[in-house]
Amino acid sequence: MSKPANHSQEKRKTFSPADESRAATSLDFSLLRDEWGQLTFQRSVGETPVPVWGAPLFPISHPDQWIAVCSADGTELACVVDPAQLPSHVWKLLKEDLDRREFVPIIQRIVWVSGNSEPCELKVQTDRGPTTFVLKSEDDIRRIGDHQILIIDAHKTRYFIPDLRNVDAKTRRIVEWYV
Amino acid sequence: MPAESGIIDSIRTPPTWRERVCSRLEPGEEVLAYFEPDLNSALDFGAGMVVLTRQRVLCFYESEAPANGSTQALPSAFQPHPNSAEAQGPTNAAICLPGEKSWLLQDLAEVRPADSGGLGSLELLGHTALLETWYYTGGRTSAAERFVQAFRQAKQAEQNGGALPTQSAARVVCPSCGSQIEPPKTLCDACTPTASPPPVRSLWRLARFAQSRATMIAFGFSLTLASTGAGLVPPYLTGSLIDDVLNPRQSGADVSFGVVPWYLVGMMVAYFAAWLLAWAKTYVLASVSEQVSADLRNETYAHLQRLSLEFFGGKRTGDLIARVGSDTDRICNFLSVNLLDFGTDVLMIALTATTLLCIDVPMGLVAMLPFPFIAWMAQRVRIKLRHGFARTSAAWAEMVNVLADTIPGIRVVKAFAQENREIERFRRRNQHVLEANIRVNVLWSFFAPIVTLLTDCGTLVIWGYGAWRVFQHNELSVGVLVMFITYMGRLYVRLDSMSRFVAATQRAAASTQRIFEILDRRASVPDPSRPVHPGRLEGKIELKEVSFKYGTRIVTREVNLAIEPGEMIGLVGPSGSGKSTLVNLICRFYDVTSGAILVDGTDIRSFPIEEYRANIGIVLQEPFLFYGTIAENIAYGRPEATPGEIVAAARAARAHEFIVKLTDGYDSLVGERGQSLSGGERQRISIARAILTDPRILILDEATSSVDTETEREIQEALTNLIEGRTTLAIAHRLSTLRSADRLVVLDQGVVVAIGRHDELVESCEIYARLHQANLEMAERIGA
Repeated sequence: MSKPANHSQEKRKTFSPADESRAATSLDFSLLRDEWGQLTFQRSVGETPVPVWGAPLFPISHPDQWIAVCSADGTELACVVDPAQLPSHVWKLLKEDLDRREFVPIIQRIVWVSGNSEPCELKVQTDRGPTTFVLKSEDDIRRIGDHQILIIDAHKTRYFIPDLRNVDAKTRRIVEWYV
Repeated sequence: MPAESGIIDSIRTPPTWRERVCSRLEPGEEVLAYFEPDLNSALDFGAGMVVLTRQRVLCFYESEAPANGSTQALPSAFQPHPNSAEAQGPTNAAICLPGEKSWLLQDLAEVRPADSGGLGSLELLGHTALLETWYYTGGRTSAAERFVQAFRQAKQAEQNGGALPTQSAARVVCPSCGSQIEPPKTLCDACTPTASPPPVRSLWRLARFAQSRATMIAFGFSLTLASTGAGLVPPYLTGSLIDDVLNPRQSGADVSFGVVPWYLVGMMVAYFAAWLLAWAKTYVLASVSEQVSADLRNETYAHLQRLSLEFFGGKRTGDLIARVGSDTDRICNFLSVNLLDFGTDVLMIALTATTLLCIDVPMGLVAMLPFPFIAWMAQRVRIKLRHGFARTSAAWAEMVNVLADTIPGIRVVKAFAQENREIERFRRRNQHVLEANIRVNVLWSFFAPIVTLLTDCGTLVIWGYGAWRVFQHNELSVGVLVMFITYMGRLYVRLDSMSRFVAATQRAAASTQRIFEILDRRASVPDPSRPVHPGRLEGKIELKEVSFKYGTRIVTREVNLAIEPGEMIGLVGPSGSGKSTLVNLICRFYDVTSGAILVDGTDIRSFPIEEYRANIGIVLQEPFLFYGTIAENIAYGRPEATPGEIVAAARAARAHEFIVKLTDGYDSLVGERGQSLSGGERQRISIARAILTDPRILILDEATSSVDTETEREIQEALTNLIEGRTTLAIAHRLSTLRSADRLVVLDQGVVVAIGRHDELVESCEIYARLHQANLEMAERIGA
């Protein structure tokens, strides 16, 4: 009764997913961008900066959370569960790095489809401007969750529809024809 | 020189940007290469242009480009076509317009390509800082690489004092099928992803399969013609009976009853003839279409077998089974029932229409009036039904996929007590099937009755017009009117069945499309056009600058390796280092993206695949046994092997001992539905399989990884017999497995890090030392 907290800590030897998620590595670090445009990582001021890159752990389901900061060989140096944990300028740098690497245009509208058998060509309007791509097989349009759609074109570029209910009827019909 | 550079300019200047680029070039400035990034710095789609000349790198952006009119306002130095009198030194070129940038080659250190997840970037590095980054999508990766190469050559030339290194006849290999292509292209024409021809025609492609049975089909159709003709006789006799016998008799004329039986006999004969002929034609045509669809099934399966592993990696088993199975069945059904009916219908309509028009032109025209309307209705529903049927088919495949997923994984499902979730998953997929079918049925159920309604209305039109003609001018006899009604009644029934044909066609077209999706897929490992027959190889393997890219991911990078005949090479490295890829390349499951693999001095791409693979034996981590006897499984690679050879192979593989203990010995059934064997036993059978084919090149892909140490020892013994005298490539995580290897090759991230013997590598190679340490620790832990 006197020290329940201590008691439970001693007992805690088994793995618990809930605890593990809280026990992220220390977020006491700073990021810099060097003159080569490379993001570098520093734990304390005198330390040699290590080149790093940000790896989103759930790029589709939680795109702005759970960002691992990895060194060039893939060792995880820190894991940012929530951007709010970081000073805003550090997060800004990390986010910039993510944005430079992540290229998943969001399809707003499918304008035109060359035919209803694959391979077919799709002309789409995305948040990054209009483009045309070739869809190689019906398997390259995938449903993630209930309403999210991921499309992978013949060159492995990914396109995303965040919510199939929010696009126009024609786009929805074309996509639904596959999933 | 200027003349020459003019030629080069015309070749190397991008057509869409020619004017703009040329206007910025100094006189005589030679374009060496160009690259068109298709994304701007904000990663929005937008064209750009990067040009490499002997002196500098220029880049242009579309979005920030000055409008055409504003060119006039530019200072004269930047007017297009600067003449030699006011020739600008290249130094002045650093002054740029908005939307354009330029760097002198001497200020640049490197152009570095990077690639991740379908997004590529080219970084232009100066001597102290990053100068510019260009972004592009996956489709331009090879073009970017070519630009980088050109840049390096230009840099070399700059350092060597002008002379460009002689361009080695740059051989580009299509990354998708391995065929050789001309440098400006990055993919061969056959592999360049393009949109397909409109699918409406997909059914016509079945004609290729019908060609071989043309005579039978022609015979069938002549029978159809005859039976349809016979079917037209009775209504004609009806009309004649009314006008020539019954009506005159009623109006008091003297007609004897004796002629009536003759009419009836005529009709009877026509009915019987129609029946017999219809029977014969149905039999002939249905059996032809069965044969056609059997051919189709055979060809689909044969083609499937020839496709590369890449194809199977991307497709799900359940879906492929459905295509070979139910889709071909649906096509067969379409050919033997629907198409046959349709052919008959068309003939019937054509013949009837001709007959009617011959009898009475205006009446015939009126009778035909509702036809176009019904055809239009059919056309309208056609598209919707087509989509609906493809959806039901896809939903069905999804449902089967759940089965294919969970039934083999049933142990995992049960162990984690997820039965209810899987039931729910299946229920949801099944719900999709139900919904898709209901949607189709809604359309379909609307369609069929409306055809009946139109049919009935069509008959009313004839009654009305016919009655009017009889009353008004008395120029139409009642017999002819009845004749028309009878004919049209039959015709409209046909229309109803034709409307059913619309749905069947759509269903079959969707299936055909799915089949041809397989048939159109070219094997990504093509047989050579001028093959070199390998015969029995020595087993000398040389890898020259071998690179392999899977999509945009570079898996293997410029690997050089020479393996002597009979040598055993151990491939080690962390997972994902490209060991299996290297082995897959040597087996030619995939083709190299660049470089070459030579066996006995010949590029393996010049060998016919089957003859080459006959020289290769492979033992995999998970041995696969087919359903059949042990003897059949051992003799899989050489079905003609004698029992003596099979037993000898089993003895050498240390499999004989446990096989004799089985009740049925070598005739015991194994495989999915057969007797269960332990992992070690299955592995020894697969080793016996490899021994029996007596391969020159042997691949051991983690052959002992999934078994316990005791079994590993047994398998090791078996392997010793197998390896003897063969060029062997072994992949293993446990370094102990590779004790007998002559040399070890350490791979990391697709690059050969070190080659040598165990002792040397422990000293010299950090990665190997780390692997070795991990292995030792593991062994100790197990020992403790």
